[in-house]
Amino acid sequence: MSHWILIPILLPLFTGLALLIWSDRICVTRAISATSALALLAVDLLLLQRAAEGTISLYALGNWPPPFGIVLVLDRLAALMLVMTSVLALFVIWYAACDRDQPGDSLHPLIHFLLMGLNGAFLTGDIFNLFVFFEVLLLSSYALLLHGGGKERARAGFHYVVLNLAGSALFLIAVSLLYGVTGTLNMADMGQRIAQLDPADRPLAITGGLLLFAVFGLKAAVAPLYFWLPSAYAAAAGPVAALFAVMTKLGIYSMVRVYSLVFASEPGLLLPWLWPLALVTLAAGIVGVLAARELRRQVAYLVLVSVGTLLLGVAMNSQQALAASLYYLVHSTWICAALFILVDLMRQQRGLLEDTIESGPPLVQGTILGIFFFVACASVVGLPPTSGFVGKVNLMQAVSSTVEAVWVWPALLISGLLTITALSRSGTTIFWRTTGDVIAQSRAGVMPMVAVGGLLLISIVFSFAGDPVLSFMSDTAQQLADSTAYLEASSLFQPVERGDIR
Amino acid sequence: MEALVAIAIGVMTSCAIYLMLRARTFPVILGLTLLSYAVNLFIFVMGRLSTGNPAVIGSGETYPDPVPQALVLTAIVIGFAMTAFILVLALRARVELGNDHVDGNQEGRT
Repeated sequence: MSHWILIPILLPLFTGLALLIWSDRICVTRAISATSALALLAVDLLLLQRAAEGTISLYALGNWPPPFGIVLVLDRLAALMLVMTSVLALFVIWYAACDRDQPGDSLHPLIHFLLMGLNGAFLTGDIFNLFVFFEVLLLSSYALLLHGGGKERARAGFHYVVLNLAGSALFLIAVSLLYGVTGTLNMADMGQRIAQLDPADRPLAITGGLLLFAVFGLKAAVAPLYFWLPSAYAAAAGPVAALFAVMTKLGIYSMVRVYSLVFASEPGLLLPWLWPLALVTLAAGIVGVLAARELRRQVAYLVLVSVGTLLLGVAMNSQQALAASLYYLVHSTWICAALFILVDLMRQQRGLLEDTIESGPPLVQGTILGIFFFVACASVVGLPPTSGFVGKVNLMQAVSSTVEAVWVWPALLISGLLTITALSRSGTTIFWRTTGDVIAQSRAGVMPMVAVGGLLLISIVFSFAGDPVLSFMSDTAQQLADSTAYLEASSLFQPVERGDIR
Repeated sequence: MEALVAIAIGVMTSCAIYLMLRARTFPVILGLTLLSYAVNLFIFVMGRLSTGNPAVIGSGETYPDPVPQALVLTAIVIGFAMTAFILVLALRARVELGNDHVDGNQEGRT
């Protein structure tokens, strides 16, 4: 049994603790934070390489064999999410280190505690442990959202915290309901027991499953539970908003994981809900993008559009569609983060206007920021040669019947058209319809530009590397559909003998 | 006994929902606390209700399910921490916004 699986949880934990202790010198904080993020990426790539071979590795905490103890499970999906998160974290920490952090503030430690929660949620194979890691990451996210202070953040933060506490209560009810009828908390074991459930207990299990859907829907900002997202993301500080791009995707990940593992024997549980909710989320996102009067709010609604698109992919319920959705998930996380960082940079060069979409002073670095904005918008809308294009084309190709095509194709194409209309209006207003003089002292250095440029470059590389990436995604979808492999891995598990530890 | 506990959980949850829909931050927090009490009781009950069973395994023929007790302890600790956090947040919002309305504006007064 290899201990490497534990590193993505322990490394951010100890980094966060170390950063709390040595917080007085900002250069030390930045060095520790960035080194840890790099090391995390290296470990995650190593784990990805191992998972890509197709084996599912288990790590039994405290040497308690499954299904009694808590297990960490590394399969292709978990490894993919880990790498996606650590790439994002690296760029966010890079950007935060460009003077977005203050000596003695807790931005860097909180980012690492959030990473610990995220990595734990991706790795765990135990549903109560999933709840605990959700709480770990939520508590860090509450503090991160309030980072910087101010009225807007206090208001949005209070809504966000109350909603998520209510969501946690629902999560606990659902988990204990499922425990009550199955007598286990291990997700793979729970799936097996639900398949052989007494028909009298089945309604309870279904209720638990649908309650969990409400919880994950709240995290993923699925309609009608999305109202917290635009104001929270628009109020958050630049690096924080960029990091939060992964939070909605965690909701989608949890849905895919829990429903493929626990409710594999109830395939019709979610489908009647997913289609309408996906379309409504997509429509709400588009209306928000068109109506937004500040750029940050517009990007927040773009996150909502990506959630709707992803749900459409999940609702199609085929391996090909799931593979395309996973590709789109990774793409949309990185590109939304890039947009949040970019908007934060643009905002600082516009004086009192900040990010309102009105004509104002020209930007000092209008050319380079304009090019970045153009590329980012092309990618988020889905124009070639960016990764958004590959993602959307694959989603469209994944339709399995004419009826699906009638719903999916117009939804994706019309949302793309309306998004491009709204974004080109914002772009022309801010970059071209300018009045007055530039605010010269607001020039940004090279480092923040590298953070945005790097994320955009990754988006383009991700599109040219589409073939190997997509074949990995379809392997991942296949592994998820085949739940026997997962059960085999847990039945083959051998506890470590006492002698081996010494 | 099941019916009594079920009614207790139901009454607590409905009071919690009523309080959470209030427009001031303090009742909302009280509602959240009450909701977490209801949830904790619910988790505990999921180990099935029984009387006269020894808590220690081996000291009798039967014993109560220990897992919900462990779960409820975790849930209590997390709920306690979250309540402390949201109280501080509500105080700070009161200072920043100048009132204790959940949306931060006095106009929506109830």
